Amino acid sequence: MDTLLLRVGGWLAIVFFAFIAMVLAADTGFAVHMAIIAMAAGITLWVTINKADYAAIGRGILKAPADPGIYDDDPIRWGVIATIFWGIAGMAVGLIIALQLAFPVLNLNNEYTTFGRLRPLHTSAVVFAFGGNALIATSYYVVQRTCRARLAFPGLARFVFWGYQLFIVLAATGYLMGITQSKEYAEPEWYVDLWLTIVWLCYAAVFIGTVVRRSEPHIYVANWFYLSFILTIAMLHVVNGLSMPVSLLGSKSYAAFAGVQDALTQWWYGHNAVGFFLTAGFLAMMYYFVPKQAERPVYSYRLSIIHFWSLIFLYIWAGPHHLHYTALPDWAQTLGMVFSIVLWMPSWGGMINGLMTLNGAWDKIRTDPIIRMMVLALAFYGMSTFEGPMMSIKAVNSLSHYTDWTVGHVHSGALGWNGMITFACLYYLVPRLWGKERLYSLRMVNWHFWLATLGIVLYAASMWVAGIMQGLMWREYGDDGYLVYAFSEVVSAMLPMYLIRAAGGLLYLAGAFVLVYNVWMTIAGKQREEKPMTETPHNEDLDKPIVGKPAIAPAE
Amino acid sequence: MVDKKKIDEATGTATVGHEWDGIEELDTPMPRWWLWTLYATIIWALVYVVLYPAWPMVNSATEGVLGWSSRGDYEKAVAAREAELEPIRQALVSTDIHDLPDDSALRNEAIRGGRSAFKVHCVQCHGAGAAGSKGYPNLNDDEWLWGGDMEAIEYTLVHGIRNPDHAETRFSQMPAFGRDGILQAGEIDDLVSYVRVISGREDESASATRGAALYEINCAVCHGSDAKGDRTQGSPDLTDAINLYGLDRASIKHTITNSRNGVMPRWGQRLDAATIRMLTAYVHSLGGGEAAPKPKEGSTEQVATETPVDEQS
Repeated sequence: MDTLLLRVGGWLAIVFFAFIAMVLAADTGFAVHMAIIAMAAGITLWVTINKADYAAIGRGILKAPADPGIYDDDPIRWGVIATIFWGIAGMAVGLIIALQLAFPVLNLNNEYTTFGRLRPLHTSAVVFAFGGNALIATSYYVVQRTCRARLAFPGLARFVFWGYQLFIVLAATGYLMGITQSKEYAEPEWYVDLWLTIVWLCYAAVFIGTVVRRSEPHIYVANWFYLSFILTIAMLHVVNGLSMPVSLLGSKSYAAFAGVQDALTQWWYGHNAVGFFLTAGFLAMMYYFVPKQAERPVYSYRLSIIHFWSLIFLYIWAGPHHLHYTALPDWAQTLGMVFSIVLWMPSWGGMINGLMTLNGAWDKIRTDPIIRMMVLALAFYGMSTFEGPMMSIKAVNSLSHYTDWTVGHVHSGALGWNGMITFACLYYLVPRLWGKERLYSLRMVNWHFWLATLGIVLYAASMWVAGIMQGLMWREYGDDGYLVYAFSEVVSAMLPMYLIRAAGGLLYLAGAFVLVYNVWMTIAGKQREEKPMTETPHNEDLDKPIVGKPAIAPAE
Repeated sequence: MVDKKKIDEATGTATVGHEWDGIEELDTPMPRWWLWTLYATIIWALVYVVLYPAWPMVNSATEGVLGWSSRGDYEKAVAAREAELEPIRQALVSTDIHDLPDDSALRNEAIRGGRSAFKVHCVQCHGAGAAGSKGYPNLNDDEWLWGGDMEAIEYTLVHGIRNPDHAETRFSQMPAFGRDGILQAGEIDDLVSYVRVISGREDESASATRGAALYEINCAVCHGSDAKGDRTQGSPDLTDAINLYGLDRASIKHTITNSRNGVMPRWGQRLDAATIRMLTAYVHSLGGGEAAPKPKEGSTEQVATETPVDEQS
């Protein structure tokens, strides 16, 4: 009862202080955010009171611990739903801003719907909401199964899920209201940053706690990648977010760094958000779900060791390549470039290990649409991790920088690699998490595959053409030595490319809607009548933690 | 699980012996091509950091064996171009502006440079084709507010239009007849009718006749009795089909009610004399360029003869 009282009191205090902060707020945006926080704490308070097991408390016994003989999958189920929800939202906003670039009238002449505010909404929604939820959910799934242990700190694990959703809501509403610290991919202001720090440290505690509780002697490679992702993101987020609020009751803050130091910190963060969030984290997903779906052993243990350590060592230095030909000193640009080039093979190590894991199961590419998605994801991973080092070469960068080539590069990675591997994992997870025999339809996975593939091809190809055209037009000098094109002429030349890009985005989004339908029907327990395709069987009996057996000491 | 090494059937490779949730790992050696490419990039990186600025030291960074720097590279490129342009700039500034249209080689050079400078400094308002838009004059036609000969164009470029705190700037100001209560709304409607009649947009009407009388009292002093405008004070010709803000009733009414005061920067404080002369030659070449007015004292009449344009624009 004391614990319950303490909890209720704590949530009540948060409601109270958030309300006070709302009333005293220095700006409207901060007031709205405090209202959201008060509401969230209020809902949690209500749930705490309603869900309390008064009978157990009355009998004076502690609530029995949850069944240790099964995995703790509730937060994973929520995470799967959240991933899909934010994915649709983020991709839809992406389509809107793609159309805004082609038809500026779609900015609606309204501050809340301008490109400048919707663009961070899109990037944060797809990277942190869609990708982040996918990472958290799959990491909970993978770490339990590869450690054969239930999640450590189940309460904290749930707090991480809901706390992360609150972070997303605060970030998204903040962008629309114009609250931003103007750091790309790190736009939320100081108080939202602080909240994310708390949530993230709890996430680290849950993950590391589960690894510590493992019943397996060794830590599986997927968990190395998850761990590097969790720890590095914590470090990047804290350092890049260092700032001084103007008022403790207002949203505005000023960064701890200024000028080129701030730019370098920002791109150290920004590049490693790509490196550790979108690469290391998603490689962790790949390292579990590809061998599981293919039912094949991982291609090379040695390669996984070498490419893991070289990847995480090299990535952290590559950020300055975002600041070629700027006020950043030449020496830092040089180092950013050479580290990026050396990063090429370590990145490809993951692709090789993923693709070659299909050795002995190549026929599945033909018969299993989930494997097909994974293979496409790895192919795009390989392509963009070649393209990235190439674009970091100063001579190439002088053409590609500030053009849509960069946008194409990012999206071949994001749509091709992150999107496709996430979809594949979702298709793997849904029947298993909801205890269904199979997906509603494997054929529809195939439709999703082709819609998405066509979408990516249109997107990436149009942006490559657009980017190279832009770069060449900007630098075009006539025989007389004079500039040939005005900037506005370059802008109008982009229109057909922008239309093709939006069409690609529409196809990709359409594919995601096919996923929504398929997942919905699967959870509803329906099965579509169709010609069967290759299924990967699920052994329920083995999908359990090992209970009451201490961890075996490593053999080596 | 117990460590158990075995041979994988499909590949014939041994496993490492670990197993997690059914996942095993093969003991495949790293692909040679992968390893050698990794080594090659490392060696390349080592060479590169010796050749180029790379290592931060106590006070500055190593400069690299090649002595290359991005600023130095940039300065070299700019200096080379400056040296190439220097004779043309000299010639442009030292040639009398009235003689420039006759020196076709120098004039063509100036137009090329002007076209380029226009793309950087002028297209934002006047458009990439210099066709202007509402409130921004079209520079391709032969309608000029302040004069279309070389000297007049250059003066406009140097001093700009309606620049605050600059005595030489081109300055004109039409009263805001409606806002300041000089005319009633009905009177303004009549004036609108009259302006549309003289510009050939509307047929004669009673309203236009009333407007004609109002015009004589309120407008003729600047726009002239014939409504042909006056370049000495920048008042536009109202009889042609060209109007900076549109010839529909609403636009004209807005102009008479509130007046309009477009501005242009004075480029004299931003660009060098040679670039301004290049821009002058370019704008002059676009289609409406006029010959210099005959030096006749006391006459404000300018001869609107077009200079032959041998240059595609």
